[in-house]
This record gives sequence, structure tokens and C-alpha cells, in this order.
Amino acid sequence: MQAKLLGALGALLATAFLAGPASAADKTKIDFWFGNSGDIAKRVQEQCDRFNQSQAEYEVICTSQGTYDASLQNTIAAFRANKQPTIAQVSDAGTLDIMLSGAYYPANKLMKDMGYDVDWKDYFSGISGYYATSKGEMYSFPFNSSTALLYWNKDAFAKIGKDHAPTTWQEAGEDLKKLKDAGYACPLGFDISNNEVWQFVEQFEAVNGEAMATKRNGFEGLDAELIYNKNPLLVSYIKDLKTWYDAKLAVIKNKAVGQTFIEAFAAGDCQMILTSVGDHGNIGRTAKPGMNWSVSMLPTYADAKRHSSFVGGASLWVLKGHSEPEYKAAAAFFNFIAKPEEALTWSTVTGYIPVRNSGFEYLKSQGFYDKAPYTGRELAIQSLTASPADDTAPKGMRLGGLLQVRTEIANGLQAIFINNADVQASLDSAADRGNQILRRFQQTYKNVQLP
Amino acid sequence: MEKRVTFSSTITGLLFVVPMLLLIFVFFYWPSAQALYWAFTLEQPWGGGNRWVGFDNFSQLLSDPVYWGAIGRSMMFGLSSTAIAMGLALILALLTDRELRGHKIYRSVFIWPYAIAAPALGLAFRFILAPEAGLLSIINQVWPGLWNPALDGKDAMIAVIVAFSWKYIGYNFIFFLSALQGIPRSLTEAAAMDGSGPMRRILDIQLPLVTPTLFFLLVINITESFQDSFGIVDIMTQGGPARATELMVYKIYFDGFKGLDYSGAAAQSIILMLLVIILTIFQFRFIERRVHYK
Repeated sequence: MQAKLLGALGALLATAFLAGPASAADKTKIDFWFGNSGDIAKRVQEQCDRFNQSQAEYEVICTSQGTYDASLQNTIAAFRANKQPTIAQVSDAGTLDIMLSGAYYPANKLMKDMGYDVDWKDYFSGISGYYATSKGEMYSFPFNSSTALLYWNKDAFAKIGKDHAPTTWQEAGEDLKKLKDAGYACPLGFDISNNEVWQFVEQFEAVNGEAMATKRNGFEGLDAELIYNKNPLLVSYIKDLKTWYDAKLAVIKNKAVGQTFIEAFAAGDCQMILTSVGDHGNIGRTAKPGMNWSVSMLPTYADAKRHSSFVGGASLWVLKGHSEPEYKAAAAFFNFIAKPEEALTWSTVTGYIPVRNSGFEYLKSQGFYDKAPYTGRELAIQSLTASPADDTAPKGMRLGGLLQVRTEIANGLQAIFINNADVQASLDSAADRGNQILRRFQQTYKNVQLP
Repeated sequence: MEKRVTFSSTITGLLFVVPMLLLIFVFFYWPSAQALYWAFTLEQPWGGGNRWVGFDNFSQLLSDPVYWGAIGRSMMFGLSSTAIAMGLALILALLTDRELRGHKIYRSVFIWPYAIAAPALGLAFRFILAPEAGLLSIINQVWPGLWNPALDGKDAMIAVIVAFSWKYIGYNFIFFLSALQGIPRSLTEAAAMDGSGPMRRILDIQLPLVTPTLFFLLVINITESFQDSFGIVDIMTQGGPARATELMVYKIYFDGFKGLDYSGAAAQSIILMLLVIILTIFQFRFIERRVHYK
């Protein structure tokens, strides 16, 4: 038995050795770990293949770790065991932890050291602003970027005599009522689990130019405090949502119910949803045949002036502890994916947006946004750059334990919607508990200076 | 004179023990010690260093009413799922022991659920119990709004208890069945000849004779229900709605693995470990007294 096992193992090893082509031996290989799964993971893999075929010196081995969380956990575990990949994808929620860790090779320094001249100003300010330090330096490369949009069913809106999506929440409220009266069971589909509250709280605050937290949303210090609960606009918006929920104008749709709000929209069951532009491709592919739908920028509240929405998604970090040739390979990879042609391919096969102005211009010049399935995606760029250039509002959030802070918000909202808890009291207690998380985080990194 | 083989040197004995000790050290004592150390510090996830904070992590947890809520829910979850998993398993084992038709098939089929990984199990039950699209949605067509684990905390708790119990029924069944089959036939047959019916025989002969198994399974089930439930909770409810299914072990998983709060999660693990130890001591002191091994 044991001999058999050993034999099998030997055979396996032998095939593993034989399988590797001899020429691959002199290539510099680097690992790239990412968290996307399913279709997006396939698209990342294709991008890696294109890079590997474009030149003969380097080979990047791209491995999906399943989810953003799993990818981050695995990267941290590998880093602590000194077996980290050269490039790791980190989502918005993990950004501050890695930024304070010192475990990385800053992106701007890497490119300079490796002899690449990157025009950092080419990045959309809304995107670079989210990942840059307080001094505006880029430590990581924005990779898959998105923002929230309002998806609306044109057929349903035609029934109530409208040919455009609401631009304010007041208008949205009237539309929801009319849709309900026209016989639609789910005018607005939404979810309030911890993965899906960002479009209702964070993006709302961004679009209306209000702060989530003090210290410019945390960019200027770890001692920031959450203040979203003190914004009267948000409080009355949540009250509106609750009223719509009670009147069945807004319906909770998630996996536990049996249908997510995205599936419900694609099936024509819900007429409006708020979700990432990253879902644009997916909805386009799965929408009920013949259904007419479109996207628009998130509504503002009452007469608030529109500001830029926040970017979502993840960025790529280069980790410490590798050799010079490996960093050369990483720099070559970043240089490759920054090409406008790559931006076009990437935006075509996923719903993600180009992160650089040059990429966006290239897409426009190729007529990308005029083609039926992609029309509307330019609104994501418009939404991300809505603020005037001299706008001082922060372009993102730099809060520790962001995932737990979001979970507190989700629990607060669930108490409001499901258990009929008082709106102000629930938002206050969610903010209080969130602040405890921020203080814990601040204590943990007491010896570190926020860059 | 009695002849006995003894080891002259303690070294030989120790050598035999070392491999096992090494395993236990690597997979139990080392991680536990690390967790214990982290529980008294604030550890930076990327390994940038940590700060000694004494009992701060514990006092923060124990002064938080939400955490006490999680402890209460864990107790409730543990007791109800143990009662269901053991009760049903015992009934099934008693029926199979009576050699009803198909008992041979049950014997091998009932262990299968235990081999199913928690996420797959959670996924299956999420589908079965979904209020709008699942198999149970029929209930809502008859009585609208009666069953909705997505919006009703009580329903969500019932859903995770059912899913967890389903997994352990098979495990318990195998133990109960082998215990029942270990009872000499002559005892039950003699009782039957004396005119006692099946219920009387179960209560007076079979149950008293399987108490060691009953006790063993009680300890195992309670322990497992405190530790093994996070996969099911993560897939089915993510602790919601409004914390209704936030169990201690799920909170450890969420804070530690997703939230990167290693120290907070370590402190919670220590509290959970103490709780399970106390429960086990309690069971040995007060319940084992009524167990007859011979």
C-alpha cells in the first residue's frame, strides 16, 4: 500500500517536472493574487495571458483566491510566513491596514526605480484620490474600479409616462408611488446586508457632499470620528426609505429571500436598483429578453449640489521581500495593463471603468460608449468626476476596520427596517459602535504615522 | 507470582509518546498559546508589532451588551440543536434497532449528512428555506408572511438550528445504533416474554443501558454546536437579520478573518473556550452521576 502511494507520488512529481517547458526556466516568474471569482476571475486570467505572450522575459502567475476577504487573509498569512506574492489585490476595506503595515513597495517609488515615467495625473482624481495618501502620493495601482449607479427599467417608467430616471430622491419617491399604482410589486429593490449598505450611506454622503467622518473622512488622522448620523439629509433620507419600505414601494431582495436585487432587476421584477457599474455587463447578459433598461447617476437629496461619488473596487499592491528582477517584472506588468488598448479590452469584457483619462479618451475615440451594450457606462466616469476641480471634499474614506464599521451600519439599518427601531437612535448607536472600532484600530496602530 | 512486562527505562516510554505530543503541540498548544498571547495585546494584522494591553480586550467585550446577546444566543442555539439532533437520532436508532423494513439502508445512509461541508449544507438549506423561491415558499402561499428567515430573526434562528441539527442527526444515530446493538438480545427478549411492550422496554432497559453513549454524545454535541456553526451561519444569514443569528463563533470568524481584528477574535476565542470548559465540567459533575457504565 505504502509502496503504491510512494510510486504514485513519484509519478506525479515526474510529470510536474516534465510538464514545465524548458524555456520557461529562464523567465522571471512572479505571483499575483486576486480576490475576484467567476467571470471576472477569467477576465483577469486573460489579461495575465496577454501580458505573458506580449514579451519573453517575465511570466506573471495569476491566482484567484475566491473573494476579496479570502485574498487578503491568504496574502497576510503568506506575508507572515515570508511566502508572499509579488503583487496582491487589496479592496477598499483593507486599504488602510496595508497602508499602515509597511509591508509594501510604494507604487510610485517602484515605477521610478524601475525606470518608468508614470503620469499620475492621468488617473481620474476621484480614483487616485481614494487610494492616494494625504499628500497625494500613490502607493498602489487602481485596478478594477467602479462606482454606484441607479439602474432603471425604461418600460416600467414609460408606463408612468416618464422617459428619464429621477435625479433627486424626492422625484424618486413620486416615481415609486406611481410605479406601485401602475401595478408593479417591487418599484425599488434593495438589500441592507453589510456588503450592500455602501451605496445607501457612503455614496449618499459623497454625492451630496457630506462627510462620513471627521478629519476629512479619516485622511488626516486615525483619530477621525464617524459623523454621518448627524447629517440631517441622511437621517431624513433613511426615514423616507423606511416609509417607502413600509408602503411596499421598496422591497428587500437578497439571497436569503431567494432572489438578489440584481437578479430581481434583470428578471424585470424590480424596477429600480442601486448597484455598481461593475454589474452592468452581468445585467446586460442576464436581463429578460426584450426588456429596456438604462442607468443614471445616483439621485441627490432635495436641492443639494451634486458632488463626485466614491470609487469602489480594489487596487494592486507590490509587497516587500522580493528580488530586483521580480520587481522589474511587476513594473512591466503594471506598464502593460496601463495601455489604453488594455483599458478598452478590460472595460469591454467587464463592467469596470477605465481608471485613466487616456484610457477613457481612447474608449471614446473607438466609439465604445456608442455601442448598445456599453451605453451608459460613461455615466460612471461622469459621476466620479462630478465635483468641480477646486472641490475640497475628500474623495474617499480612510477608516480602519471599515468592514466592521459597515456591519454596524448594516445592523443599525436592519434594526430600523425590520424591527421598527427609531431611525435617529439606531443611526446614533451604529455610529457609536463604529467609533469604538475606530478607537481600537487607532490603539493598534499607535506607533505608526498615517502617510 | 504475576509476570508483567515493564519498561525499564522511562526514555523508551517517552520516545513512544513524543510523536503524539509533537502533533498535539503543533496543532493545539502552539496555536492556543498564540491566541492566549494575542488576547492580551493589540496585534497588527500584517505583523508590524503589537502592544500589551492586559485585560482591555476582555473588559471591552464583557462590558458590551451586544456581546452578551451573542453569548445568550449561542447557549440557546447549542441547547436546542443538541436536543433536536439527539432526540431525533435516538428515535431513528430505536426504530432501526427494531429491524424495521430497510434498516440496513438507514444504517449507511444516515451518516452521509455528517460528511457534507458546512458551506454546501448552508447553501442547500438557504435554498430550501428561502421564503420566496425555495421549497418552503409553499407555506407563504397558504399563509402569507408566516415564514421569512430573511426578515424575521426568530425564523432565521430556527433555520440555522434546523440546518445544524440535520448534520448531527446522522452522527448521533450511528453511535446510538451501535450502543443499542450492544445490548444483549436476551434482556429485551426476556422482558418481552414477561409481557412488557416496546415503550416499557425502551424506558426500563434500553435507555438506561445506553446512558454512557447518551452522555458522550451530549458533551460532543454541546461542544460542536458552539464551535462548528459559523460556516452555516455565514452562508445562510451572516449573523442577521439585525444580529438575530450572531453566534459567538461567527463573531470570532467575522472579527478575526474578515475584520482583521486578531486580538479581539483571540480574546473571544478564550472566552468561548472557557465557556465550553465550564459547560463540560458541569456536565461531568451533575449529569455523569446518573450514568451507569457497567
